[in-house]
Amino acid sequence: MQAEVKEIMPLEEMEQVAKQVRRDIVRMVHGCQSGHPGGSLGCTDFFVALYFRILNHNPSFDMDGAGEDLLFLSNGHISPVWYSVLARSGYFDVKELKTFRKLDSRLQGHPTTHEDLPGVRIASGSLGQGLSVGIGAALTKKLNADNGLVFTLHGDGELQEGQIWEAALFAPHNKVDNLISTIDVNGQQIDGPTDKVLALGNLRAKWEAFGWDVLEMNGNDLVDIIRVLELAKAKTFKGKPIMILMQTNMGHGVDFMMGSHKWHGVAPNDEQLEQALLQLISNHQDY
Amino acid sequence: MKKYTYTESKDTRSGFGAGLLEAGRRNKDVVALCADLVGSLKMADFIKEFPERFVQVGIAEANMMGIAAGMTIGGKIPFTGTFANFATGRVYDQIRQSIAYSDKNVKICASHAGLTLGEDGATHQILEDIGMMKMLPGMTVINPCDYNQTKAATIAIAEHRGPVYLRFGRPVLPVFTDPEQEFEIGKAWMVNEGTDVSIFATGHLVWEAIKAGEKLAELGISAEIINIHTIKPLDEEAILKSVAKTGCVVSAEEHNRLGGLGDSIAQVLAKNTPLPMEYVAVNDSFGESGTPEQLMKKYGLDDAHIVSAVQKVLERKKALAK
Repeated sequence: MQAEVKEIMPLEEMEQVAKQVRRDIVRMVHGCQSGHPGGSLGCTDFFVALYFRILNHNPSFDMDGAGEDLLFLSNGHISPVWYSVLARSGYFDVKELKTFRKLDSRLQGHPTTHEDLPGVRIASGSLGQGLSVGIGAALTKKLNADNGLVFTLHGDGELQEGQIWEAALFAPHNKVDNLISTIDVNGQQIDGPTDKVLALGNLRAKWEAFGWDVLEMNGNDLVDIIRVLELAKAKTFKGKPIMILMQTNMGHGVDFMMGSHKWHGVAPNDEQLEQALLQLISNHQDY
Repeated sequence: MKKYTYTESKDTRSGFGAGLLEAGRRNKDVVALCADLVGSLKMADFIKEFPERFVQVGIAEANMMGIAAGMTIGGKIPFTGTFANFATGRVYDQIRQSIAYSDKNVKICASHAGLTLGEDGATHQILEDIGMMKMLPGMTVINPCDYNQTKAATIAIAEHRGPVYLRFGRPVLPVFTDPEQEFEIGKAWMVNEGTDVSIFATGHLVWEAIKAGEKLAELGISAEIINIHTIKPLDEEAILKSVAKTGCVVSAEEHNRLGGLGDSIAQVLAKNTPLPMEYVAVNDSFGESGTPEQLMKKYGLDDAHIVSAVQKVLERKKALAK
């Protein structure tokens, strides 16, 4: 397995990768003048930590992922960050990022298996479905005596979908304890702050009440992300599913996008792109 | 004319239960999920023999479809079980995104399809499910006719790679097909050869078509009866071969006349050889409470309605010949 031979990437280098991923995100969204930069930038550090440190995964992709850790992205609209990290960790050529959301591309607006993109195991975009899928994959790992873990990521606004709570009930009842889910708590959704659109209340209390082991982390601090994800891994196979509440800033890394729901699904113009790229200097190469 | 007899009557859903058990014995990757309707879906024998391969999801059909999709990753072959209404319309988007678009090897098994849930009424009946499922790219849609065929179909879909919608009913019906039959997905089954009219029937209506065929024979009309157990992919070749001989068509299904088998056949005819056609199907309405027999009669789904549809279509065929 790849993880056994790979050297652990130093933190400074991970920060450089994260900068480059953020450059990719704003350039991708600018390139097709559509897509979701806000949540993608907010979750960049999480994805970099996962793919360059936490996941035991193999870029020579296999759909079944036997023996690997699997990630299911439930809030599929933040596809730019996932595509960038998949490419930058070796699943496909970074040059392909320029095809994002364009005709005949494997990089559909929302992730899909329909185009056989390595790294993607299910379509997502219609919200609320990914937790159920993650549970299913985790159940199969147990049936197959496979010790790999299943990770899922969700937006906080996505929790307004009822299917999430069906899955929230199911996982603890069935002791799905090889599952680590994360919610990107950025407090923003398309129509405004989550508190105004449909408040989620006390998320820690809610998930604990459903029987999950709940952790919290700062999703824009690589050190904290790695610490908490390692802690979460240590808590697997102990009878409970694990939920991480991850605080992020929507648009993190680009000052004029930060913290605003207005950048949930809007592309920067030429001037804004230049402005953003000046704030994101990396020692890696653009695609 | 071939004569169909039977010595026993059974429900098609019991055929599903028996088929699921057999599929489970043949392939260790077969798993079953149910949304609080184990008894209705006849899953008890599978659960007894393979308890670790069964997932009870509770009354949460959307979650069930997602879990089933996820279980395919790693090689499982999930069979989901609930009533047809909750197996399709309630979870259409989950099936669309997580199963069909994602090309997951899930078998969506739906009992109590059509009107025959009877007394429970329209909330628990569904007459739109074939249409919804056949419109999904990549989805195979199967509606077998009796206990034996449902059992054979259940075993066959476990061997087929890709998403499948398997539709069956509640009522107890004559068991008239071969218990040792091979089920070939997408291959129509010739029930009875004839020369005057082609009756293409699916599900419970195959038996009604057989009864209608006997009545028609008494009237001197030779009906060709073909069981279209697979609505998608449709056996266009069998349909065109039959109509080349008979020149007119009646379709028969326990479904809304919009979007079901009849429309699939009409499309084949329109593209190849437009011919007089009548639908035996529910006339774009919801169902209601009543016994299955009462409902089949009131909504025009019994043998008598097939006979009168044949008479109508023969009149049109005659008029065209003039």
